[in-house]
Amino acid sequence: MNTKTTALPGRFSWTGSTASSRPAVQRKIKRKLPVQKVWSTWTLVAVQIGILVSFVIAWEIAADIKWIDPFFWSQPSAIWSTLLIFLTTGNAAVDVGFTFRSTIFGFIIGTSAGALLGMSFWWSRNYALVMQPYIICLESIPKLALAPLIILVFGMGLASKVAIATALTLIVSTLTAYSGVQAVDKDQEKLFYSLGASRWQVFTKLVIPSCVPWIISILRVNIGLALTGAIVGEFVSSQHGLGRTILYAGSTYEISLVWVAVLVLSALSVVMYASVSWLERVLRKGVVH
Amino acid sequence: MAYAGLELEDVSMVFKSDGQEFTALAPLELQVPRGRFISLIGPSGCGKSTIFNIVAGLQAPTTGRIVLDGEDITGMIGQVGYMLQKDLLLPWRTVLDNVSLGMEIRGVPLKQAREKALPLIQRYGLGGFENRYPSALSGGMRQRAALLRTLLVDTDLILLDEPFGALDAQTKAHMQEWLLQLFNDFGRTVIFVTHDVEEAVFLSDDIYVMASRPGRVIDKMPVDLPRPRDRSIVSTPRFVAMKKYCLDLLHTHGVVEEEKAAA
Repeated sequence: MNTKTTALPGRFSWTGSTASSRPAVQRKIKRKLPVQKVWSTWTLVAVQIGILVSFVIAWEIAADIKWIDPFFWSQPSAIWSTLLIFLTTGNAAVDVGFTFRSTIFGFIIGTSAGALLGMSFWWSRNYALVMQPYIICLESIPKLALAPLIILVFGMGLASKVAIATALTLIVSTLTAYSGVQAVDKDQEKLFYSLGASRWQVFTKLVIPSCVPWIISILRVNIGLALTGAIVGEFVSSQHGLGRTILYAGSTYEISLVWVAVLVLSALSVVMYASVSWLERVLRKGVVH
Repeated sequence: MAYAGLELEDVSMVFKSDGQEFTALAPLELQVPRGRFISLIGPSGCGKSTIFNIVAGLQAPTTGRIVLDGEDITGMIGQVGYMLQKDLLLPWRTVLDNVSLGMEIRGVPLKQAREKALPLIQRYGLGGFENRYPSALSGGMRQRAALLRTLLVDTDLILLDEPFGALDAQTKAHMQEWLLQLFNDFGRTVIFVTHDVEEAVFLSDDIYVMASRPGRVIDKMPVDLPRPRDRSIVSTPRFVAMKKYCLDLLHTHGVVEEEKAAA
C-alpha cells in the first residue's frame, strides 16, 4: 500500500529518475579527428630499399662473424657470385625455360579446359547435378599428392609437369566458371528467349560473355598455382627446371645455389604474375564496361 | 477471315505448391485488335506479369490458348516483342549492338542489323551514343535503347511491362510522349502494364482494370481522348474523370481484398 502511494505521482518520479541516472559530470572532449599523413612514394620506396639493404648487410656480417652458420644459411656475397656463375656458365636458360613452359602450358590448359567444363554445366541441370559431387571430391583431393602417380603415367619430361600444373588449376577454374554460369541474370535469359533465341544463341551471346569476368578473375590465382604445380613436378622427378636445381643443390649442400634458384624463381614468378595482371587489365577493358 | 490481333481464349494460370492451389489468373477472355494501345492496371499480384509471360511463351497456361492473327501461338517464343521492367541491356555490347540484338537473334547479319538500327537510334534520341556502352547512359536513355531493341524485332504485338516504373517523374513524362510518337510512327499493337493510372489514361485506347486473388479483369474502360495527345490533356475534365473512375475502382477492390485477407 505504501509503495503504491509513493509510486503514484509517476510523472515526477520518472523525470527525477532519469536526471539522477545521468552521470554527474561528463568531461568535455577536445579532440581532433586523427589524421594520418602518408609519405610520398619516394620516401616509401627509400624506406623499403633501406630495410632490404640493412637486412642483406646484417646477414652478411652475421655470417662473417659466425653468428649464423654460413654452411646452412650461406651469405649474400656467396649467393651473388653463385648467381653470376649460374647465369653465365650454368644452363640457366634451359632450366628457366623448362619451368616457364610447364607453368604456361599448365596454366593455359587448366584455365581454358576448366572454364569450358564449368560453362558446360549451363546446358543441363541434370548433368550439373550429377557432376557436382565428383567436382567437389576432385577439389578436396590434395592434387600435389598425386604428383608421383602423374610422373609415372606421363614420364619424367615436360608432359608430367604440365599435367600437375593443369591438375592444380583445372578444378578451381571449373568452379569459378560454374559460379559465373549460376550468376547469369535470369531476366536476361528470359529476354533472349522472348526474342525467340535458341539455346545455342543464349549460350554464345549471353552465358559465355557473362562468364568472362569470372574467368578473368581466376587468371592471377591460376598462374601461381600452375607455377607451384610445375615446381612440385620437378621436385618429384625431373632432369631440368628450377625446382630440380633447388632439389639438387639442397641434396649436395650447395646452399648458395638453392638461394640463387629461389631468387630466379621469384623473378620468374613476378614476371608471369605481372604479365597476367596486365592481360587481366586489357581483357577487363575490352570486356567489362 | 481470321481475327486481326491478339486473342486470349479462356486463359488461366494455377500454381500448385505444397498441395495448395493458387490461382494467379482466373480464366480470361481478352481481345486486342491490331494497332491498339491497351493498358493493364491493377495491384501487384493481379496476374499482369503472368499474362505477359504466357503471351510471350515463357510460361505455359494451365488452360486456354493464345491466338495471334488467327494462329495458335500458345507456348511459342519469339512471336511477340516483350520488354521487361528492367532494361536488360548487355553491358558488353554497345548501344548499337544492344539495339540490334533482337534482329541478330532472328538471323539478320550483324552488319545489316546495325544499318537498320543506326538511323532509328539517331532519330529517337540516342544519337551520338550508338558506340557507347550502357553504363554511360542515363536511366531514361537505357529504357529508350531497350524499347528500340523491342521495336526493331519484326513482331506486330509488343508487351511493355512497366517500362517507366523506375524513372523519375520528369523523365517519365518525356518517355511517355516519346512512346506515343513511336506508337504513331510504327503502328504496332501495344499491351502496356503499369501501376500509374495517369500514365495508363494518357497513353491508351483501352484500359483493363484488374484485381488480385484471384488475378482477373474487373472492368474495361475505353479512353475516348483524341490523338495525337498533348501533355496539357491531363488537366481536362474528361481526363480527370477517367482517372478518378479507375482510381475508385482500384481503391474499392483494394479495400474489399484487404477485408477478405483479414477475415
